[in-house]
Amino acid sequence: MQFTTITSPHSDRPNSVSRTMLLVILALVPGAIAMTWYFGWGILINMLLASVTAVICEALAMRLRKRPIIPVVGDFSAVLTALLFAVAVPPLLPWWLTVIGIAFAILLVKQIYGGLGYNPFNPAMAAYVLLLVSYPVQMTSWLPPEMLNEHPLTFLQTATVIFTGALPGGLTWDALTMATPLDSMFTQLDQSKMVSEILMSPLWGDFGGRGWEWVGNWYLLGGLFLIYKRIISWHIPVSMLASLLVIAMLFHFLDQEAYPFGMFHVFTGGTILGAFFIATDPVSACTTKKGQLVYGACIGLMVFVIRTWGGYPDAIAFAVLLLNMAAPTIDYYTQPRAFGHQGARRD
Amino acid sequence: MSDTGYAKLIKDGLWSNNQALVALLGLCPLLAVTNTAINGLGLGIATTAVLVMSNATVSLIRNLVRPEVRLPVFVIVIASFVTAVELSMNAWFFDLYKVLGIFIPLIVTNCAIIGRAEAFASKNHLVPAVVDGLAMGLGFTCALFALGSLRELIGLGTLFAQADLMFGPIASDWAISLGSDFRGMLIAILPPGAFLGLGLMIALKNIIDSRLPKKKPAPISSSNEEMETNTA
Repeated sequence: MQFTTITSPHSDRPNSVSRTMLLVILALVPGAIAMTWYFGWGILINMLLASVTAVICEALAMRLRKRPIIPVVGDFSAVLTALLFAVAVPPLLPWWLTVIGIAFAILLVKQIYGGLGYNPFNPAMAAYVLLLVSYPVQMTSWLPPEMLNEHPLTFLQTATVIFTGALPGGLTWDALTMATPLDSMFTQLDQSKMVSEILMSPLWGDFGGRGWEWVGNWYLLGGLFLIYKRIISWHIPVSMLASLLVIAMLFHFLDQEAYPFGMFHVFTGGTILGAFFIATDPVSACTTKKGQLVYGACIGLMVFVIRTWGGYPDAIAFAVLLLNMAAPTIDYYTQPRAFGHQGARRD
Repeated sequence: MSDTGYAKLIKDGLWSNNQALVALLGLCPLLAVTNTAINGLGLGIATTAVLVMSNATVSLIRNLVRPEVRLPVFVIVIASFVTAVELSMNAWFFDLYKVLGIFIPLIVTNCAIIGRAEAFASKNHLVPAVVDGLAMGLGFTCALFALGSLRELIGLGTLFAQADLMFGPIASDWAISLGSDFRGMLIAILPPGAFLGLGLMIALKNIIDSRLPKKKPAPISSSNEEMETNTA
Protein backbone atom coordinates (compact mmCIF):
# COMPACT_ATOMS: atom_id res chain seq x y z
CA MET A 1 0.00 0.00 0.00
CA GLN A 2 1.33 3.35 -0.93
CA PHE A 3 0.94 6.51 1.11
CA THR A 4 1.11 9.68 -0.85
CA THR A 5 3.21 12.29 0.82
CA ILE A 6 1.01 15.27 1.39
CA THR A 7 2.75 18.57 1.51
CA SER A 8 1.54 21.53 3.50
CA PRO A 9 -1.83 22.74 2.26
CA HIS A 10 -0.56 26.23 1.51
CA SER A 11 2.04 25.03 -0.94
CA ASP A 12 1.32 25.55 -4.61
CA ARG A 13 2.13 22.94 -7.19
CA PRO A 14 5.83 22.12 -7.31
CA ASN A 15 7.98 24.71 -8.95
CA SER A 16 10.64 23.85 -11.47
CA VAL A 17 13.27 25.58 -13.50
CA SER A 18 11.42 25.11 -16.74
CA ARG A 19 8.16 26.44 -15.28
CA THR A 20 9.97 29.54 -13.97
CA MET A 21 11.67 30.12 -17.29
CA LEU A 22 8.43 29.65 -19.20
CA LEU A 23 6.66 32.17 -16.96
CA VAL A 24 9.43 34.72 -17.55
CA ILE A 25 9.21 34.10 -21.29
CA LEU A 26 5.44 34.57 -21.06
CA ALA A 27 5.97 37.84 -19.21
CA LEU A 28 8.25 39.03 -22.01
CA VAL A 29 5.50 38.56 -24.59
CA PRO A 30 3.65 41.91 -24.23
CA GLY A 31 6.89 43.91 -24.42
CA ALA A 32 8.14 41.85 -27.34
CA ILE A 33 4.89 42.35 -29.24
CA ALA A 34 5.09 46.08 -28.57
CA MET A 35 8.67 46.16 -29.83
CA THR A 36 7.69 44.29 -32.97
CA TRP A 37 4.85 46.77 -33.47
CA TYR A 38 7.14 49.79 -33.15
CA PHE A 39 10.37 48.48 -34.65
CA GLY A 40 9.30 45.92 -37.22
CA TRP A 41 9.87 42.27 -37.96
CA GLY A 42 13.55 42.36 -37.12
CA ILE A 43 12.77 41.75 -33.44
CA LEU A 44 10.96 38.49 -34.21
CA ILE A 45 13.62 37.32 -36.65
CA ASN A 46 16.33 38.04 -34.08
CA MET A 47 14.39 36.18 -31.40
CA LEU A 48 14.01 33.12 -33.60
CA LEU A 49 17.62 33.16 -34.77
CA ALA A 50 18.95 33.72 -31.25
CA SER A 51 16.81 30.94 -29.77
CA VAL A 52 17.85 28.40 -32.38
CA THR A 53 21.52 29.32 -31.92
CA ALA A 54 21.21 29.13 -28.15
CA VAL A 55 19.66 25.67 -28.21
CA ILE A 56 22.32 24.40 -30.62
CA CYS A 57 25.13 25.86 -28.48
CA GLU A 58 23.63 24.44 -25.30
CA ALA A 59 23.31 21.00 -26.90
CA LEU A 60 26.88 21.25 -28.17
CA ALA A 61 28.19 22.20 -24.72
CA MET A 62 26.31 19.31 -23.10
CA ARG A 63 27.74 16.95 -25.66
CA LEU A 64 31.27 18.17 -25.02
CA ARG A 65 30.73 17.81 -21.28
CA LYS A 66 29.27 14.33 -21.84
CA ARG A 67 26.04 15.17 -20.04
CA PRO A 68 22.48 14.38 -21.08
CA ILE A 69 21.24 16.96 -23.55
CA ILE A 70 17.46 16.87 -23.28
CA PRO A 71 16.90 17.91 -19.62
CA VAL A 72 19.23 20.88 -19.90
CA VAL A 73 17.97 22.16 -23.21
CA GLY A 74 14.43 21.51 -21.99
CA ASP A 75 14.73 23.90 -19.05
CA PHE A 76 14.36 26.86 -21.46
CA SER A 77 17.07 28.88 -19.72
CA ALA A 78 19.09 29.13 -22.93
CA VAL A 79 15.99 30.23 -24.82
CA LEU A 80 15.32 32.91 -22.20
CA THR A 81 18.89 34.18 -22.51
CA ALA A 82 18.45 34.30 -26.27
CA LEU A 83 15.16 36.19 -26.03
CA LEU A 84 16.55 38.76 -23.58
CA PHE A 85 19.51 39.24 -25.90
CA ALA A 86 17.26 39.60 -28.94
CA VAL A 87 15.10 42.33 -27.42
CA ALA A 88 18.20 44.25 -26.30
CA VAL A 89 19.97 44.41 -29.68
CA PRO A 90 18.98 46.55 -32.69
CA PRO A 91 16.34 44.97 -34.94
CA LEU A 92 18.51 44.93 -38.06
CA LEU A 93 21.59 43.40 -36.43
CA PRO A 94 23.47 41.25 -38.99
CA TRP A 95 22.81 37.54 -38.38
CA TRP A 96 26.44 36.64 -37.69
CA LEU A 97 26.60 39.10 -34.82
CA THR A 98 23.60 37.46 -33.20
CA VAL A 99 25.26 34.07 -33.64
CA ILE A 100 28.59 35.28 -32.18
CA GLY A 101 26.83 36.94 -29.27
CA ILE A 102 24.72 33.93 -28.36
CA ALA A 103 27.59 31.48 -28.79
CA PHE A 104 29.65 33.65 -26.42
CA ALA A 105 26.78 33.88 -23.94
CA ILE A 106 26.02 30.17 -23.82
CA LEU A 107 29.47 28.63 -24.28
CA LEU A 108 31.81 31.08 -22.55
CA VAL A 109 29.65 32.94 -20.04
CA LYS A 110 27.34 30.15 -18.97
CA GLN A 111 28.58 26.63 -19.72
CA ILE A 112 32.27 27.17 -19.07
CA TYR A 113 31.44 28.00 -15.45
CA GLY A 114 29.31 24.88 -15.13
CA GLY A 115 25.98 25.82 -16.66
CA LEU A 116 22.79 27.27 -15.23
CA GLY A 117 23.20 28.32 -11.61
CA TYR A 118 26.98 28.67 -11.70
CA ASN A 119 27.51 31.60 -14.04
CA PRO A 120 28.69 34.71 -12.17
CA PHE A 121 27.57 37.01 -14.97
CA ASN A 122 24.30 37.48 -16.78
CA PRO A 123 24.91 35.74 -20.13
CA ALA A 124 22.62 37.94 -22.23
CA MET A 125 24.19 41.14 -20.93
CA ALA A 126 27.75 39.83 -21.27
CA ALA A 127 27.01 39.02 -24.91
CA TYR A 128 25.47 42.45 -25.41
CA VAL A 129 28.56 44.15 -23.98
CA LEU A 130 30.90 41.96 -26.04
CA LEU A 131 29.15 43.04 -29.22
CA LEU A 132 28.75 46.67 -28.18
CA VAL A 133 32.47 46.98 -27.47
CA SER A 134 33.47 45.09 -30.61
CA TYR A 135 30.96 46.43 -33.14
CA PRO A 136 29.74 49.81 -31.89
CA VAL A 137 28.34 50.91 -35.25
CA GLN A 138 26.12 47.89 -35.86
CA MET A 139 25.05 47.77 -32.22
CA THR A 140 23.82 51.37 -32.20
CA SER A 141 21.98 51.37 -35.56
CA TRP A 142 18.46 51.41 -34.19
CA LEU A 143 15.38 51.88 -36.33
CA PRO A 144 13.09 54.82 -35.62
CA PRO A 145 9.78 53.84 -33.97
CA GLU A 146 6.89 53.07 -36.28
CA MET A 147 5.22 56.53 -36.20
CA LEU A 148 8.45 58.26 -37.22
CA ASN A 149 9.62 55.63 -39.68
CA GLU A 150 9.48 56.88 -43.26
CA HIS A 151 10.71 53.63 -44.76
CA PRO A 152 8.92 50.74 -43.06
CA LEU A 153 10.41 47.44 -44.21
CA THR A 154 8.36 44.38 -45.08
CA PHE A 155 9.13 41.02 -43.47
CA LEU A 156 11.06 39.86 -46.53
CA GLN A 157 13.08 43.08 -46.74
CA THR A 158 13.95 42.86 -43.06
CA ALA A 159 15.10 39.27 -43.43
CA THR A 160 17.19 40.26 -46.46
CA VAL A 161 18.90 43.03 -44.53
CA ILE A 162 19.64 40.76 -41.57
CA PHE A 163 20.91 37.79 -43.53
CA THR A 164 22.67 39.40 -46.50
CA GLY A 165 23.28 42.97 -45.40
CA ALA A 166 21.76 44.22 -48.67
CA LEU A 167 19.48 47.21 -48.15
CA PRO A 168 16.31 47.59 -50.24
CA GLY A 169 16.87 49.67 -53.38
CA GLY A 170 17.54 53.35 -52.92
CA LEU A 171 17.97 53.27 -49.16
CA THR A 172 21.10 53.92 -47.15
CA TRP A 173 21.81 53.01 -43.54
CA ASP A 174 21.67 56.68 -42.64
CA ALA A 175 18.18 57.04 -44.06
CA LEU A 176 16.99 53.86 -42.42
CA THR A 177 18.37 54.13 -38.93
CA MET A 178 18.04 56.72 -36.22
CA ALA A 179 19.74 57.34 -32.90
CA THR A 180 17.75 56.07 -29.94
CA PRO A 181 16.14 58.80 -27.80
CA LEU A 182 18.64 58.12 -25.03
CA ASP A 183 21.57 58.33 -27.41
CA SER A 184 20.33 61.51 -29.05
CA MET A 185 19.70 63.17 -25.67
CA PHE A 186 23.24 62.62 -24.45
CA THR A 187 24.92 63.30 -27.79
CA GLN A 188 23.18 66.66 -27.94
CA LEU A 189 23.89 67.42 -24.30
CA ASP A 190 27.55 66.85 -25.14
CA GLN A 191 27.17 69.49 -27.83
CA SER A 192 26.07 71.85 -25.02
CA LYS A 193 22.44 72.00 -26.06
CA MET A 194 19.82 72.54 -23.39
CA VAL A 195 17.38 69.84 -22.33
CA SER A 196 14.32 71.95 -23.23
CA GLU A 197 15.79 72.58 -26.67
CA ILE A 198 16.46 68.89 -27.28
CA LEU A 199 12.96 67.92 -26.16
CA MET A 200 11.39 69.94 -28.99
CA SER A 201 12.27 67.17 -31.45
CA PRO A 202 9.40 64.87 -32.56
CA LEU A 203 11.41 61.99 -31.10
CA TRP A 204 9.92 62.61 -27.68
CA GLY A 205 6.64 61.44 -26.25
CA ASP A 206 5.00 61.98 -22.90
CA PHE A 207 7.67 60.60 -20.56
CA GLY A 208 10.51 59.33 -22.72
CA GLY A 209 11.20 58.58 -26.34
CA ARG A 210 8.12 58.09 -28.53
CA GLY A 211 7.42 54.41 -28.98
CA TRP A 212 10.09 53.51 -26.44
CA GLU A 213 8.01 54.67 -23.49
CA TRP A 214 5.21 52.30 -24.49
CA VAL A 215 7.57 49.40 -24.93
CA GLY A 216 8.70 50.20 -21.40
CA ASN A 217 5.10 50.16 -20.17
CA TRP A 218 4.44 46.73 -21.62
CA TYR A 219 7.60 45.36 -20.06
CA LEU A 220 6.42 46.90 -16.80
CA LEU A 221 3.20 44.92 -17.14
CA GLY A 222 5.18 41.73 -17.67
CA GLY A 223 7.37 42.56 -14.70
CA LEU A 224 4.39 43.13 -12.40
CA PHE A 225 3.03 39.76 -13.54
CA LEU A 226 6.31 38.16 -12.49
CA ILE A 227 6.13 39.80 -9.06
CA TYR A 228 2.49 38.68 -8.72
CA LYS A 229 3.50 35.12 -9.60
CA ARG A 230 6.41 35.38 -7.11
CA ILE A 231 8.96 34.52 -9.76
CA ILE A 232 10.89 37.63 -8.78
CA SER A 233 10.66 39.65 -5.60
CA TRP A 234 9.96 43.37 -5.66
CA HIS A 235 13.25 44.33 -4.00
CA ILE A 236 15.58 44.64 -6.98
CA PRO A 237 13.26 46.40 -9.46
CA VAL A 238 11.89 48.82 -6.88
CA SER A 239 15.25 49.75 -5.39
CA MET A 240 16.85 50.06 -8.81
CA LEU A 241 14.13 52.30 -10.26
CA ALA A 242 13.86 54.32 -7.05
CA SER A 243 17.58 55.00 -6.78
CA LEU A 244 17.78 55.92 -10.48
CA LEU A 245 14.79 58.21 -10.11
CA VAL A 246 16.04 59.86 -6.93
CA ILE A 247 19.53 60.60 -8.15
CA ALA A 248 18.29 61.75 -11.56
CA MET A 249 15.73 64.07 -9.89
CA LEU A 250 18.42 65.45 -7.61
CA PHE A 251 20.64 66.40 -10.52
CA HIS A 252 17.65 67.65 -12.49
CA PHE A 253 16.76 70.09 -9.74
CA LEU A 254 20.35 71.25 -9.49
CA ASP A 255 20.45 72.14 -13.16
CA GLN A 256 17.28 71.61 -15.16
CA GLU A 257 18.89 72.28 -18.51
CA ALA A 258 21.89 70.01 -18.14
CA TYR A 259 20.27 66.92 -16.62
CA PRO A 260 17.06 65.43 -18.04
CA PHE A 261 14.15 64.82 -15.65
CA GLY A 262 13.96 61.62 -13.63
CA MET A 263 11.20 59.86 -15.58
CA PHE A 264 13.30 60.27 -18.71
CA HIS A 265 15.83 57.82 -17.30
CA VAL A 266 13.14 55.32 -16.38
CA PHE A 267 11.34 55.38 -19.71
CA THR A 268 14.23 55.44 -22.17
CA GLY A 269 16.71 52.77 -23.10
CA GLY A 270 16.32 49.42 -21.46
CA THR A 271 15.64 50.58 -17.91
CA ILE A 272 12.32 48.79 -17.35
CA LEU A 273 13.43 45.65 -19.16
CA GLY A 274 16.62 45.73 -17.13
CA ALA A 275 14.92 46.32 -13.80
CA PHE A 276 12.39 43.50 -14.07
CA PHE A 277 13.98 40.93 -16.35
CA ILE A 278 17.75 41.35 -16.29
CA ALA A 279 18.82 42.65 -12.88
CA THR A 280 16.55 40.06 -11.26
CA ASP A 281 18.34 37.09 -12.83
CA PRO A 282 18.23 34.64 -9.91
CA VAL A 283 21.67 33.23 -10.68
CA SER A 284 23.83 36.32 -10.93
CA ALA A 285 21.93 38.69 -8.59
CA CYS A 286 22.05 38.92 -4.80
CA THR A 287 20.00 36.41 -2.87
CA THR A 288 19.43 38.03 0.52
CA LYS A 289 16.56 40.52 0.70
CA LYS A 290 18.68 43.30 2.20
CA GLY A 291 21.39 42.55 -0.32
CA GLN A 292 18.88 42.79 -3.15
CA LEU A 293 17.94 46.29 -2.05
CA VAL A 294 21.61 47.33 -2.04
CA TYR A 295 22.21 45.56 -5.34
CA GLY A 296 19.28 47.23 -7.09
CA ALA A 297 20.13 50.65 -5.68
CA CYS A 298 23.73 50.36 -6.84
CA ILE A 299 22.59 49.35 -10.32
CA GLY A 300 20.34 52.42 -10.46
CA LEU A 301 23.21 54.63 -9.36
CA MET A 302 25.64 53.10 -11.87
CA VAL A 303 23.09 53.46 -14.67
CA PHE A 304 22.81 57.18 -13.97
CA VAL A 305 26.58 57.64 -13.69
CA ILE A 306 27.41 55.70 -16.85
CA ARG A 307 24.65 57.30 -18.89
CA THR A 308 25.50 60.82 -17.79
CA TRP A 309 29.28 60.75 -17.86
CA GLY A 310 30.13 57.58 -19.80
CA GLY A 311 30.78 57.12 -23.47
CA TYR A 312 28.39 54.30 -24.33
CA PRO A 313 24.74 54.82 -25.25
CA ASP A 314 23.05 52.65 -22.67
CA ALA A 315 24.28 51.64 -19.27
CA ILE A 316 22.02 48.81 -18.12
CA ALA A 317 24.30 46.05 -19.34
CA PHE A 318 27.46 47.60 -17.87
CA ALA A 319 25.77 48.39 -14.55
CA VAL A 320 24.35 44.88 -14.24
CA LEU A 321 27.68 43.23 -15.04
CA LEU A 322 29.53 45.44 -12.54
CA LEU A 323 27.06 44.59 -9.81
CA ASN A 324 27.12 40.89 -10.76
CA MET A 325 30.76 41.07 -9.76
CA ALA A 326 29.85 42.67 -6.44
CA ALA A 327 26.92 40.35 -5.69
CA PRO A 328 28.82 37.69 -3.68
CA THR A 329 30.37 40.41 -1.49
CA ILE A 330 27.02 42.10 -0.94
CA ASP A 331 25.50 38.74 -0.03
CA TYR A 332 28.34 38.10 2.41
CA TYR A 333 27.68 41.30 4.34
CA THR A 334 23.89 41.02 4.34
CA GLN A 335 23.40 37.49 5.64
CA PRO A 336 20.32 37.52 7.83
CA ARG A 337 20.95 36.61 11.46
CA ALA A 338 20.01 33.02 12.15
CA PHE A 339 17.08 32.63 14.54
CA GLY A 340 18.26 32.23 18.13
CA HIS A 341 21.76 33.33 17.28
CA GLN A 342 23.02 36.01 19.63
CA GLY A 343 24.86 37.96 16.99
CA ALA A 344 27.77 40.28 17.36
CA ARG A 345 25.77 43.16 18.79
CA ARG A 346 26.23 42.12 22.44
CA ASP A 347 29.95 41.56 22.21
CA MET B 1 73.36 16.90 -13.93
CA SER B 2 72.61 14.30 -16.58
CA ASP B 3 71.20 14.86 -20.06
CA THR B 4 67.72 13.82 -19.03
CA GLY B 5 67.97 16.55 -16.44
CA TYR B 6 68.44 19.13 -19.15
CA ALA B 7 65.62 17.62 -21.19
CA LYS B 8 63.39 17.94 -18.19
CA LEU B 9 64.44 21.55 -17.66
CA ILE B 10 63.56 22.37 -21.25
CA LYS B 11 60.27 20.50 -21.13
CA ASP B 12 59.34 22.26 -17.90
CA GLY B 13 60.15 25.66 -19.30
CA LEU B 14 58.39 25.22 -22.59
CA TRP B 15 55.37 23.26 -21.48
CA SER B 16 54.74 21.63 -18.13
CA ASN B 17 55.81 24.57 -15.95
CA ASN B 18 55.29 27.31 -18.54
CA GLN B 19 55.60 30.58 -16.66
CA ALA B 20 52.66 32.16 -18.48
CA LEU B 21 50.23 29.27 -18.82
CA VAL B 22 50.90 27.21 -15.70
CA ALA B 23 52.65 29.42 -13.13
CA LEU B 24 50.64 32.45 -14.31
CA LEU B 25 53.57 34.73 -13.57
CA GLY B 26 54.33 37.93 -15.43
CA LEU B 27 50.71 38.57 -16.24
CA CYS B 28 51.12 42.34 -16.39
CA PRO B 29 53.23 42.40 -19.57
CA LEU B 30 51.51 39.26 -20.82
CA LEU B 31 48.11 40.89 -20.81
CA ALA B 32 49.15 44.42 -21.65
CA VAL B 33 51.39 44.17 -24.69
CA THR B 34 50.08 41.15 -26.54
CA ASN B 35 47.77 43.10 -28.80
CA THR B 36 49.88 42.17 -31.82
CA ALA B 37 52.12 39.21 -32.59
CA ILE B 38 55.20 41.40 -33.04
CA ASN B 39 54.72 43.24 -29.75
CA GLY B 40 54.38 39.92 -27.95
CA LEU B 41 57.47 38.51 -29.65
CA GLY B 42 59.51 41.65 -28.93
CA LEU B 43 58.71 41.71 -25.25
CA GLY B 44 59.15 37.94 -25.01
CA ILE B 45 62.66 38.11 -26.42
CA ALA B 46 63.59 41.01 -24.14
CA THR B 47 62.29 39.05 -21.15
CA THR B 48 64.21 35.95 -22.24
CA ALA B 49 67.44 37.94 -22.51
CA VAL B 50 66.99 39.34 -19.02
CA LEU B 51 66.04 35.95 -17.65
CA VAL B 52 69.11 34.19 -19.04
CA MET B 53 71.50 36.87 -17.82
CA SER B 54 69.93 37.22 -14.39
CA ASN B 55 69.82 33.44 -13.90
CA ALA B 56 73.50 33.20 -14.83
CA THR B 57 74.53 36.01 -12.48
CA VAL B 58 72.40 34.82 -9.59
CA SER B 59 73.83 31.33 -9.99
CA LEU B 60 77.40 32.68 -9.94
CA ILE B 61 76.91 34.78 -6.83
CA ARG B 62 74.70 32.29 -5.00
CA ASN B 63 77.39 31.41 -2.46
CA LEU B 64 78.32 35.03 -1.79
CA VAL B 65 74.88 36.36 -0.95
CA ARG B 66 73.52 35.86 2.55
CA PRO B 67 69.96 34.49 2.58
CA GLU B 68 68.68 37.50 4.54
CA VAL B 69 69.44 39.95 1.75
CA ARG B 70 69.00 37.71 -1.27
CA LEU B 71 65.79 39.25 -2.61
CA PRO B 72 67.09 42.86 -2.77
CA VAL B 73 70.27 41.57 -4.39
CA PHE B 74 68.27 39.61 -6.98
CA VAL B 75 66.17 42.67 -7.73
CA ILE B 76 69.25 44.82 -8.23
CA VAL B 77 70.77 42.21 -10.55
CA ILE B 78 67.56 41.98 -12.56
CA ALA B 79 67.13 45.76 -12.67
CA SER B 80 70.66 46.18 -14.03
CA PHE B 81 70.01 43.75 -16.85
CA VAL B 82 66.65 45.31 -17.62
CA THR B 83 68.31 48.70 -17.89
CA ALA B 84 70.91 47.22 -20.23
CA VAL B 85 68.23 45.61 -22.40
CA GLU B 86 66.21 48.82 -22.40
CA LEU B 87 69.18 50.89 -23.54
CA SER B 88 70.04 48.33 -26.22
CA MET B 89 66.51 48.38 -27.58
CA ASN B 90 66.56 52.15 -27.49
CA ALA B 91 69.73 52.01 -29.61
CA TRP B 92 68.90 49.27 -32.12
CA PHE B 93 65.14 48.75 -32.13
CA PHE B 94 63.95 52.26 -31.53
CA ASP B 95 60.51 51.85 -33.13
CA LEU B 96 59.76 48.70 -31.18
CA TYR B 97 61.07 50.47 -28.08
CA LYS B 98 58.56 53.25 -28.63
CA VAL B 99 55.67 50.79 -29.09
CA LEU B 100 56.48 48.72 -26.00
CA GLY B 101 57.14 51.84 -23.94
CA ILE B 102 56.78 51.45 -20.19
CA PHE B 103 56.56 47.66 -20.40
CA ILE B 104 60.28 47.25 -21.01
CA PRO B 105 61.34 48.81 -17.67
CA LEU B 106 58.46 46.91 -16.10
CA ILE B 107 60.23 43.63 -16.91
CA VAL B 108 61.90 44.27 -13.52
CA THR B 109 58.64 43.50 -11.79
CA ASN B 110 57.99 40.36 -13.82
CA CYS B 111 57.54 37.64 -11.21
CA ALA B 112 58.71 34.98 -13.62
CA ILE B 113 62.25 36.36 -13.49
CA ILE B 114 62.65 36.74 -9.75
CA GLY B 115 60.74 33.49 -9.39
CA ARG B 116 63.33 31.58 -11.41
CA ALA B 117 66.18 33.38 -9.63
CA GLU B 118 64.85 32.37 -6.24
CA ALA B 119 63.51 28.91 -7.06
CA PHE B 120 66.18 27.66 -9.40
CA ALA B 121 69.24 29.79 -10.12
CA SER B 122 70.14 30.44 -6.49
CA LYS B 123 70.34 26.67 -5.87
CA ASN B 124 72.04 25.41 -9.04
CA HIS B 125 75.22 25.62 -11.03
CA LEU B 126 75.78 28.03 -13.89
CA VAL B 127 74.95 25.81 -16.86
CA PRO B 128 71.65 24.41 -15.57
CA ALA B 129 70.67 27.93 -14.52
CA VAL B 130 71.30 29.30 -18.00
CA VAL B 131 69.42 26.41 -19.62
CA ASP B 132 66.55 26.95 -17.23
CA GLY B 133 66.48 30.67 -17.97
CA LEU B 134 66.51 30.04 -21.69
CA ALA B 135 63.78 27.39 -21.55
CA MET B 136 61.55 29.43 -19.25
CA GLY B 137 62.11 32.53 -21.36
CA LEU B 138 61.30 30.71 -24.58
CA GLY B 139 58.18 29.22 -23.04
CA PHE B 140 57.09 32.69 -21.95
CA THR B 141 57.90 34.09 -25.40
CA CYS B 142 55.88 31.35 -27.10
CA ALA B 143 52.89 32.14 -24.91
CA LEU B 144 53.22 35.87 -25.58
CA PHE B 145 53.59 35.28 -29.29
CA ALA B 146 50.64 32.88 -29.48
CA LEU B 147 48.40 35.20 -27.50
CA GLY B 148 49.55 38.18 -29.55
CA SER B 149 48.88 36.37 -32.84
CA LEU B 150 45.47 35.23 -31.66
CA ARG B 151 44.43 38.72 -30.57
CA GLU B 152 45.83 40.40 -33.67
CA LEU B 153 44.12 37.90 -35.94
CA ILE B 154 40.72 38.26 -34.30
CA GLY B 155 40.94 41.91 -33.42
CA LEU B 156 42.51 43.40 -36.53
CA GLY B 157 42.35 40.60 -39.09
CA THR B 158 46.11 40.75 -39.71
CA LEU B 159 49.18 38.84 -38.65
CA PHE B 160 52.77 40.13 -38.36
CA ALA B 161 51.70 43.69 -39.08
CA GLN B 162 54.58 46.09 -38.44
CA ALA B 163 57.09 43.26 -38.51
CA ASP B 164 59.59 45.80 -39.79
CA LEU B 165 59.74 47.24 -36.25
CA MET B 166 61.68 44.18 -35.33
CA PHE B 167 63.21 42.64 -38.40
CA GLY B 168 64.01 45.81 -40.32
CA PRO B 169 62.76 46.99 -43.72
CA ILE B 170 63.08 43.45 -45.12
CA ALA B 171 59.97 42.48 -43.17
CA SER B 172 57.76 45.36 -44.21
CA ASP B 173 55.64 43.12 -46.45
CA TRP B 174 55.36 40.18 -44.08
CA ALA B 175 51.93 41.24 -42.93
CA ILE B 176 49.21 38.72 -43.67
CA SER B 177 45.72 40.10 -43.92
CA LEU B 178 42.44 38.23 -43.78
CA GLY B 179 41.11 40.60 -46.39
CA SER B 180 39.51 44.00 -46.21
CA ASP B 181 36.05 42.48 -45.74
CA PHE B 182 36.99 41.17 -42.34
CA ARG B 183 35.95 43.66 -39.71
CA GLY B 184 38.01 42.86 -36.66
CA MET B 185 36.39 42.08 -33.39
CA LEU B 186 37.60 45.07 -31.45
CA ILE B 187 37.29 43.45 -28.03
CA ALA B 188 40.15 41.07 -28.82
CA ILE B 189 42.73 43.85 -28.82
CA LEU B 190 41.21 45.59 -25.80
CA PRO B 191 42.14 44.44 -22.27
CA PRO B 192 39.16 42.05 -21.85
CA GLY B 193 40.36 40.23 -24.95
CA ALA B 194 43.68 39.52 -23.24
CA PHE B 195 41.98 37.86 -20.28
CA LEU B 196 39.61 35.87 -22.50
CA GLY B 197 42.46 34.84 -24.81
CA LEU B 198 44.71 33.76 -21.95
CA GLY B 199 41.87 31.82 -20.35
CA LEU B 200 41.17 30.00 -23.61
CA MET B 201 44.86 29.22 -24.10
CA ILE B 202 45.12 27.74 -20.59
CA ALA B 203 41.98 25.73 -21.26
CA LEU B 204 43.48 24.43 -24.51
CA LYS B 205 46.69 23.46 -22.72
CA ASN B 206 44.73 21.60 -20.05
CA ILE B 207 42.72 19.78 -22.72
CA ILE B 208 45.91 18.72 -24.49
CA ASP B 209 47.43 17.58 -21.18
CA SER B 210 44.37 15.54 -20.29
CA ARG B 211 44.32 13.85 -23.69
CA LEU B 212 47.99 12.87 -23.54
CA PRO B 213 48.61 9.36 -22.24
CA LYS B 214 49.19 9.40 -18.51
CA LYS B 215 52.74 8.66 -17.41
CA LYS B 216 53.69 7.51 -13.98
CA PRO B 217 54.53 10.48 -11.79
CA ALA B 218 58.19 11.43 -11.86
CA PRO B 219 60.03 11.78 -8.56
CA ILE B 220 59.86 15.33 -7.29
CA SER B 221 63.11 17.15 -7.89
CA SER B 222 64.22 20.44 -6.46
CA SER B 223 63.98 22.08 -9.87
CA ASN B 224 60.26 21.57 -9.93
CA GLU B 225 59.72 23.31 -6.66
CA GLU B 226 57.47 26.29 -7.11
CA MET B 227 57.80 29.38 -5.02
CA GLU B 228 55.42 32.10 -4.04
CA THR B 229 56.62 35.61 -4.60
CA ASN B 230 54.70 38.57 -3.37
CA THR B 231 56.13 40.97 -5.88
CA ALA B 232 53.50 42.13 -8.30
